[in-house]
Amino acid sequence: MRHISVDPPPFFHRGPSPVARLAFFGLISLALLFADTRYRYLENLRQVMAVVLYPVQRAVQLPGDALAYIGDYFVSQRTLASDNAALRQQLLTQAPSVQSQLLLVEENANLRALLKMEGRLATTIVAAQVLYSGRDPFSQKLFVDKGEVAGVQPGQAVIDMFGVIGQVTRVFPYMAEVTLITDKDHAVPVKVERSGVRSVMYGAGTGRLPELRFISPNTEIQPGDRLVTSGIDGTYPAGLAVAEVASVERETGQIFARVTCKPIAGVERSTQVLILGHPLAPQARPDEPAEKDAPRKGRGRRR
Amino acid sequence: MADMHSLARSRPEEILLPAKPWFVMLTLLLGLVCNLTPMSSDALMLKPDFLALAILYWCIQEPRLIGVGIAWCVGLVMDVADATVFGQHALAYAVLAYAAEYFRRRVLRFPLWQQAAQVAVLLLLCAALVLLVRVVGGAPMPRWTYVVGPLVGALLWPFVTVLLQWPQRPRRSSGER
Repeated sequence: MRHISVDPPPFFHRGPSPVARLAFFGLISLALLFADTRYRYLENLRQVMAVVLYPVQRAVQLPGDALAYIGDYFVSQRTLASDNAALRQQLLTQAPSVQSQLLLVEENANLRALLKMEGRLATTIVAAQVLYSGRDPFSQKLFVDKGEVAGVQPGQAVIDMFGVIGQVTRVFPYMAEVTLITDKDHAVPVKVERSGVRSVMYGAGTGRLPELRFISPNTEIQPGDRLVTSGIDGTYPAGLAVAEVASVERETGQIFARVTCKPIAGVERSTQVLILGHPLAPQARPDEPAEKDAPRKGRGRRR
Repeated sequence: MADMHSLARSRPEEILLPAKPWFVMLTLLLGLVCNLTPMSSDALMLKPDFLALAILYWCIQEPRLIGVGIAWCVGLVMDVADATVFGQHALAYAVLAYAAEYFRRRVLRFPLWQQAAQVAVLLLLCAALVLLVRVVGGAPMPRWTYVVGPLVGALLWPFVTVLLQWPQRPRRSSGER
């Protein structure tokens, strides 16, 4: 007796069933999610894919650029003239501080040399243009058009004409990812310009104002105070404007005051940004004290 | 609207030409480009996931050309472009492709506007997966406007269908009628 083959002839062969494929790719996704969040193994793969994506990202800019170009062409004479006048006025008002700035820089350098302190001014400045902002509603990120080729490094501060907007967190060959100061995972060491109180400003995510945490109720701080970078983290140069205190709530039941701040820079508006070089090479950290289980403090710097 | 119905696939006498693979790839690329287009924050709220819409369309219309595997690869590209965790969009798109393959016969039986309602559910599922991964990763819950994007995507469904079916329509020979 001859047996008939059990398998059907491969007329309609379509590979593994959809469920098997879903299980396969689902598991790979979960593995990738785990590997990427926990260990960040996959940065190389990301770099390669980013290079492949770059032409698409540039192509996306073309319609907007073209519209802007056409718009520029039809700007009226009067607008240009008034803009020009306003800019001249601004230049004039800033002239004294700019002129004295050179003197101050030199004086500061001399004094620091006398005291044998290291200089702390930013060494290099790279001007960059914002390519696009992340589509993800959960994170506050920007992509700019300068990358490793232009000398951008992770951890560098990014500012616009008013103040700090964020920090470079990932660098690709031709572009860089900037995490904004309003991002939930971002923290900036700041001090209150008026009173010198040091603190750390934490971003709170989309649509919420950043806040200062662990401010005791009797701290010298009030709405309208300007917060500037304190420069003690080695990431942000000192003295850059960051935010203005929007509200201070001191409730009797709470240990800490609730302080919210409004960023000064056009965090969500700026299209031209400057990437500042590292102010100084970070010094080696002193050895940790003996007890290992001491809680680690946030340093305002993303891992 | 009547015109829209007449253009839909439900017209019985019309048999569509097979879709060309390069055209499918082109639409996926276009979806990616649309996703990356810079928008102001108000418009961003309304912005649907064009890439998910394109994947869904092809998985429903041409399941032999594009399935779970390709959707997963496209999701990886989107992860890089969006600077999100690796595997987040990949997982969401793979599940979306599977769901589309599962429901495609049911979806195709309805007129376009009723298809849109079912597409809304699928797109919301995709968005919910992304949300789930984010929340497990420690992100805060977004505002209610998060669901607006998928709903806008579903409203675009009839237009996308008409637009993407255009190259597949058989040309009337001149002798006919």
